[in-house]
Amino acid sequence: MSKDSLITVENLYRYYGELCAVHDLSFEVRRGEVLGFLGPNGAGKSTTMRIIGGSLAPSGGRVLINGIDILDQPILAKAELGYMPETPPLYRDLTVDEYLAYCARINRIARAQHWSAIDSAKERCGLTEVGRRLIANLSKGFQQRVGIAQAIIHSPAVVLLDEPTVGLDPIQIREIRTLIREVANEHSVVLSTHILPEVQSVCDRVQIINRGHLVLNETIGEMRAKLQATTLLVALRMVPSIAELESIHGVQSVEPLEDGRLRIAFDADRDPSDAIVEQAVANGWGLHELMPERMTLEQVFVDITCADTALPQDSKPNLNPGPDLNPAQAGEAA
Amino acid sequence: MICAIAGRELRSLFLSPLAWSILAVVQLIFAYMYLAQIDLFIQLQPRLPMLAGAPGMTEIIAVPLLGNAAMVLLLVVPLITMRLISDERRNQTLSLLFAAPISMTSIVVGKFLGVMTFLLLMLLMILMMPLALLLGGTLDFGMLAAASLGLLLLLASFAALGLFMSSLTAQPTIAAVSTFGVLLLLWILDWAGNNAGSGASAGPGNDVLAYLSILRHYEALLKGVFNSADLIYYLLFITAFLVLTVRRLDAERTQH
Repeated sequence: MSKDSLITVENLYRYYGELCAVHDLSFEVRRGEVLGFLGPNGAGKSTTMRIIGGSLAPSGGRVLINGIDILDQPILAKAELGYMPETPPLYRDLTVDEYLAYCARINRIARAQHWSAIDSAKERCGLTEVGRRLIANLSKGFQQRVGIAQAIIHSPAVVLLDEPTVGLDPIQIREIRTLIREVANEHSVVLSTHILPEVQSVCDRVQIINRGHLVLNETIGEMRAKLQATTLLVALRMVPSIAELESIHGVQSVEPLEDGRLRIAFDADRDPSDAIVEQAVANGWGLHELMPERMTLEQVFVDITCADTALPQDSKPNLNPGPDLNPAQAGEAA
Repeated sequence: MICAIAGRELRSLFLSPLAWSILAVVQLIFAYMYLAQIDLFIQLQPRLPMLAGAPGMTEIIAVPLLGNAAMVLLLVVPLITMRLISDERRNQTLSLLFAAPISMTSIVVGKFLGVMTFLLLMLLMILMMPLALLLGGTLDFGMLAAASLGLLLLLASFAALGLFMSSLTAQPTIAAVSTFGVLLLLWILDWAGNNAGSGASAGPGNDVLAYLSILRHYEALLKGVFNSADLIYYLLFITAFLVLTVRRLDAERTQH
């Protein structure tokens, strides 16, 4: 991964009247990187995407696309940019070919390369078969593809995709994700979503935004390492001394919980479950519950986004994810 | 770039039945008006040679036709311009234009030219009727040209206002109604001026109102009087509303 950054966002603010939708946001996207922009509904994802896409002016701060300020030189900056908004901007009364030809023209593709650009965009998005069909008659999945084709037709350096898989069935979602990975081979991609598995399967880096604040910015590798740091929840009828438990091989620390259970943290590569069970049987501790606590991205997400005031630096595992997340995912899978 | 936008605008006009039905209905009405004027001319014809400086076919047939056409098109143009921007806003396709490397001015001018092409087509269809008179007579081409130019400028003003109204809202009907309302008001501003002209108490305010009337300037051109002041009035009117539209779309990005 080279170090040059294609998108630089510096101290971005955006107010809607009194409401501050984006608060002091700064980040970078490097060449060839897929950035997952994650946040609950209303967190400011789309606002940020629209500002980067140039269809909304920031209240403060600046955005550089490939080193060009989008406010100072919008035309130059936008030539480096492909943007698919939340609702794909499709003219339903045109055919796919006509629509893409129009997009090619307004994106200033030279006349000689028109058809090659249209053909390659169609091929990459799997639209070759439907070129002559009216956009209005296409399924939602194909319309989404046309939206993506529109964003990549002029081979921009950066592609912004705002919730590209919303409202699709699971098979279509998988296809669109494959497409996004393909697009990422040649372009940097910023993907906004509230669907967590999407980020894990597609992105190189994750950013979580909540109420306009950037609360997490990590690569998927760092994220995985964080998620592997696991703990055990243990319930015993006869609780031994903490020191006795800590002497078990692999145990790092023991923390008594309010409900009488214990949280045992251990080294990632030395799972002490077996040892704990053996000890419990040998000493008659009355073990009746032993549960590994594995962090998921979902927990990190919920922890971060549900924290009202203090934004936690290290996220403690939380076994009761907020109810607001699950319906969204269920709806996605349906 | 501008051509691409104008072309798509024209195309989507003709993809909907609206443009076709407007062309058909309007042509039918004009044809009826045209025939009525021909009837009048035939009635007057025996007496015309006896008059010195008698009106010809152009004055009796073509000019009234174009004069009435302006009134009919006042009703029709808002229906054509209403969708220009409001529809794109409602379907959220405006972001395609905003994200493309084109200036706001190109977008607005492109849309304006798209509609103007359609209106020009309509004007040509109207003009074909008086031109058909060439089969059996002659026309005063200078007068016809002035009147056609007047109608073209008038239509361009209607379109510029309609485009601006369409940029204010996401509902095409609201755009159509408000365009129609403002146009009608600009049209009847003349009434105050007319009354003042005949009455004893002609105030300067009434003169200004009459001068602002979009109709007053058209009437001069209809008479064959080509005054650059009228031309400038229309060009200013068109430019003003195009600039306002650009400003309006720019403001869309900065505030909500």
